[in-house]
Amino acid sequence: MSQPRPNSKAPTRRIRGWRDFFRSPWGGFAVRRVGGLILSISFLIILTFAIVPLIPGDPAIAILGPGATAESIALMREKLNLDTPLVQQFGTYLQGLSSFDLGTSFHYQTPVLSTIFTKLPYTATIAFGSIAVVLVVAIPLGMAVGVLTRGGRRPVIGTAFGAIAGFLASFPAYVAATILILVFAIWLKVLPPGGSAGPTTFVLPIAALALGPTFAVARVVRQETYGVLQQDFVRTARGHRISNSRLYIRHALPNLMASTLTLTGLILSGLLGGAIIIETVFSLPGLGLEVVQAIIYRDFPVIRGIVLTIGLIAIFINLLIDVVLGLIDPRTLGASSHD
Amino acid sequence: MAGRTAPILAVKNLTVTLGHGIQTARVLHDVSLSVDAGMTLGIVGESGSGKSTIAKTLVGLHRPDAGLMVFDGINLGGASRRERASVRRRIQLIPQDPYSSLDPHLTIGQTLAEAIDPIRARVSRHKAEIDAALAAVALDPSVASKYPFEFSGGQRQRIAIARALIVRPDVIIADEVTSALDVSTQAEILSLLRDLKHGLNLTVIFISHNLAVVNQICEEVVVILHGEVVEHGRVRDVFSNPQRDYTRRLIESVPGGRQFSLVSREDSQDVIKSAVERET
Amino acid sequence: MTESRERHVPASLVWGLGMFAVLVAIAIMAPVFLSDAANTLSSESRAEPSATHWFGTDDLGRDIIARTLVAARLTMLMSLGATLLSVVLGVLIGGMVWVGPRWLRETTLRIVDSTVAFPALVLALVIAAILGPSASSAVIAIGVAGIPSFARITSNMVAPVMGRDFMSTSRLLGVPPWQLFARHLLPNIGGPLLVLIASSFALSLLEISSLSFVGLGVQSPDYDWGRLLNEGLPAIYSQPLQVLAPSFMLIFAGVAAMLTGDGLAQRFDPWGTQPAAHRSPNRVIARNGNQTASLVEVKCLRVTAANGTELVRGIDLDIASGEILGLVGESGSGKSMTAMALAQLSPDSVTTEADVMRIGDIDVLSFRNRARLAREIGLVYQDPGTTFNPALRMGTQVTEVARVHMGLSRRKARQVLVDGLRDMRMRNPESVMQQHPFQLSGGMLQRAIIAASLVTEPRLIIADEPTTALDVTVQADVLRQFKKINEDNGTAILFISHDIAVVQALCDRVLVMKNGEVIERLTGDELSKGKVSHQYTRELLAATPKFDVALDRRSSKGGGA
Repeated sequence: MSQPRPNSKAPTRRIRGWRDFFRSPWGGFAVRRVGGLILSISFLIILTFAIVPLIPGDPAIAILGPGATAESIALMREKLNLDTPLVQQFGTYLQGLSSFDLGTSFHYQTPVLSTIFTKLPYTATIAFGSIAVVLVVAIPLGMAVGVLTRGGRRPVIGTAFGAIAGFLASFPAYVAATILILVFAIWLKVLPPGGSAGPTTFVLPIAALALGPTFAVARVVRQETYGVLQQDFVRTARGHRISNSRLYIRHALPNLMASTLTLTGLILSGLLGGAIIIETVFSLPGLGLEVVQAIIYRDFPVIRGIVLTIGLIAIFINLLIDVVLGLIDPRTLGASSHD
Repeated sequence: MAGRTAPILAVKNLTVTLGHGIQTARVLHDVSLSVDAGMTLGIVGESGSGKSTIAKTLVGLHRPDAGLMVFDGINLGGASRRERASVRRRIQLIPQDPYSSLDPHLTIGQTLAEAIDPIRARVSRHKAEIDAALAAVALDPSVASKYPFEFSGGQRQRIAIARALIVRPDVIIADEVTSALDVSTQAEILSLLRDLKHGLNLTVIFISHNLAVVNQICEEVVVILHGEVVEHGRVRDVFSNPQRDYTRRLIESVPGGRQFSLVSREDSQDVIKSAVERET
Repeated sequence: MTESRERHVPASLVWGLGMFAVLVAIAIMAPVFLSDAANTLSSESRAEPSATHWFGTDDLGRDIIARTLVAARLTMLMSLGATLLSVVLGVLIGGMVWVGPRWLRETTLRIVDSTVAFPALVLALVIAAILGPSASSAVIAIGVAGIPSFARITSNMVAPVMGRDFMSTSRLLGVPPWQLFARHLLPNIGGPLLVLIASSFALSLLEISSLSFVGLGVQSPDYDWGRLLNEGLPAIYSQPLQVLAPSFMLIFAGVAAMLTGDGLAQRFDPWGTQPAAHRSPNRVIARNGNQTASLVEVKCLRVTAANGTELVRGIDLDIASGEILGLVGESGSGKSMTAMALAQLSPDSVTTEADVMRIGDIDVLSFRNRARLAREIGLVYQDPGTTFNPALRMGTQVTEVARVHMGLSRRKARQVLVDGLRDMRMRNPESVMQQHPFQLSGGMLQRAIIAASLVTEPRLIIADEPTTALDVTVQADVLRQFKKINEDNGTAILFISHDIAVVQALCDRVLVMKNGEVIERLTGDELSKGKVSHQYTRELLAATPKFDVALDRRSSKGGGA
């Protein structure tokens, strides 16, 4: 409690020079966040690099299978730089990354980068599409239920919402996808079951992907609304005798956004994982389907490239959430020191 | 209290910095004070003045940047690890918040047994001592088998005092022990502390923001402002004849005190200035 | 104050754990009794549901239900392996960082944080890529991928326990680290940890199944639910039951996880256990229309908690125009409840009733004109730290009433408030308006809310323990402000405090409250002179430490602080 917070007063002063900038909340945030960014990206690069050296036994044999000729094994070892020391392998890998050269696919014999560019739009569409659906549906829904059931009112709505949303929130995306195909593509025949022809093909994947997270987030928002409405500052706002809509939107919403977004960040990274899986269900030619194939074919340059891409998207989503959090509630800019 | 005995605890030029990175802040600056055996020393100051930091540094929760801490002739800075550990047990801290100072998962008996024997903490082996300690704070022996949630704030504070006493310390440091309590409970705890002090010949360091309480139970007082000692002396002298404006302002602010007045004073601009400075 | 009080176990926790028990029973029994039906090939390829095959058969004529139930064992064993891996390593990392030095903790948690950002499935894919698709690599993949988040959550649970006083006290008493961990740390996070393990088990189940589903987990001829779903997908047109059966089991596991997680939240979240209020609107029992000289008139005010406890038991009070009425009592005496009832700001969980509750010509119980209420009553609260909305700038909050109810423009309202803050002798009011509440001290915040409450020139200010959270010098100044407002504007004040010394210094009249009743009515003068008759008031006065030092007037001219 009595921890000193000397930098918490900074925004009143005019920012003069870099030292003041670093001491201001946004400056400190930037420093910490850039540090975190570097750490996350380094981790991602090391992780993707480590895939090949960590393969048990001789990676070349593991890739080509036990029946491979000595000649082809030697060729593969050369392709993977396996005969050079580890540090040098890493150096070569970094060099490749810095010039956006992710290598050549073993399977297609084409540059990995072009594979990623053709596949990314599908994955990005369903990932960001469902993120948008989650946020647009879940926040108003959760708040509405939270407001309706505040202070233990309307227990029937509370219980019903808890049960239904809880049930729907526990649908794994790939199961939801299977069931949606059954219902909408096979029984009702209103939407295509898969493929990549036209915008309607994205409806079911986005719905399947968004279903669980939407209700998971709605439950969080409802719980947060419930909690925020019991806080002192809500009483103060009520003491201002303002209208209910102003009370909920102006006063309650920003406060529940902070905790909601923090949890939402985790849910959304999970959603990215779900996107990889459900492409299989819909035969959607995106990064997910590709990376699964690549793992089966042991096409390491493709695996590295796709993991790198998905990892960068995850980092980007998290950064975005932190910035939005900072805009909504400047307290989150403070150092999250671990003590 | 006539002849000057050697102080049991003395602190010289203590400087403490807390925090890390760009959040570092010097919380105590060049603090010197001493307390004689059997005396009650009050430390008063407002929030953020560093008075709790003094307590935490004395018991070893903070490491000072500079300065000397001497207890019973032993230099705490230069003592060996073992020596320090045994000295530490002779100085006991009673924390402010009675809801945080007792582990909710241990019975009162286990909490007290742990104080006697930190490694095994067996209640059955120390039954007599536990009963005696509970009796000393006017609690029934049956209390030992109960859990903290069954007690009120005042009772918890009694248990915390029992835990401090069971180690047979020479000095107890009471850090705002009554500030979370109602006045009637506060009065009970204060009279308990006073009785214990006389009965066991304890030295008490009593940290509080409440001048009236300090005036009531302390013999000497130290006034802290911004981590520095502003004034140090006998309570009667300091409170009736303050040498510093800040002390005077503190005294004049005590509601119900003789000096208290609701008439806006010309120099209250300074009060605000000092409040504002403290914040910025 | 998270106490280990015997709370009831939430229904969702019972259901969640019950569903787990069903899954475990199936995993143990099904392979014993149904292996033959599940693995024997027959000529009845993709048969319709029948008496012998309730869900029909797959393309090789095997019974779908039998296969689904038998698959439970492999699915569950794999999930168990993965969960153990994440829990053991996660708890070890998350718990041990608190035992080690600070730099180690900072570094480890930074690394953990940077990995938590990645979807667990991406880490799992990497591991599957390294080890090649197989059941064991799926277990290791999901297990390792779960470590960072488990470490993070454990560390988050340990952090508040570490900060509690009993940890430092035990450490000072010489309790060695291992005992500290086993005796204090583990029991204090044990409950949440156990339930967390249960829900993480179900989550790894879903993730391992998803790996099997895309072909990276269990390989033929073995099968788990994910594999069954994968095998059923090509036949989805002709035999939809083949995908529905494993889907059902996966949803069942998912619901079990959700219920268990929910139960955890309710069991350990103080909000989850709040009793639902039985709502009954504020009621007016009898009208009493005669307008007396008093500004505020309250007759027989009763406030009842949701569980039926009477917090305020029918008290009467009146406040004359320009009078300062003090309400004094110890915690639980009902003084704040009285004030909030008068302000119509009682929490949702209590019921307020009164025969009469009137401020001027406003009948508080039925009056619905927000603007007039806002203008007539100024409010100051106890804890300046929580009174303000942490997400909004000061300016937005303190000008709200002026903008909404007085029709002032943003700029005009701002100007009025800046002047108001300056009157409260705040330095740099312009910059204060730009700041967020957490950037200001308690004293500044309290002055700001007083300034805001004065904008409408209210006839009554209700101040609920307004100086309790403040330092003495700041308290003295705020009290002087109240006195000045009262003298300059003739504003009546209802002043609530637990501190009898504060009340007697400020108030014209004082009501002493205990257990929801007014036990004595005094003038401020009587109180100062100790002319009290009730035993409790006398005890309260006796318990309050006196500060009767006489300042030596000649001293302290030279010294400067």
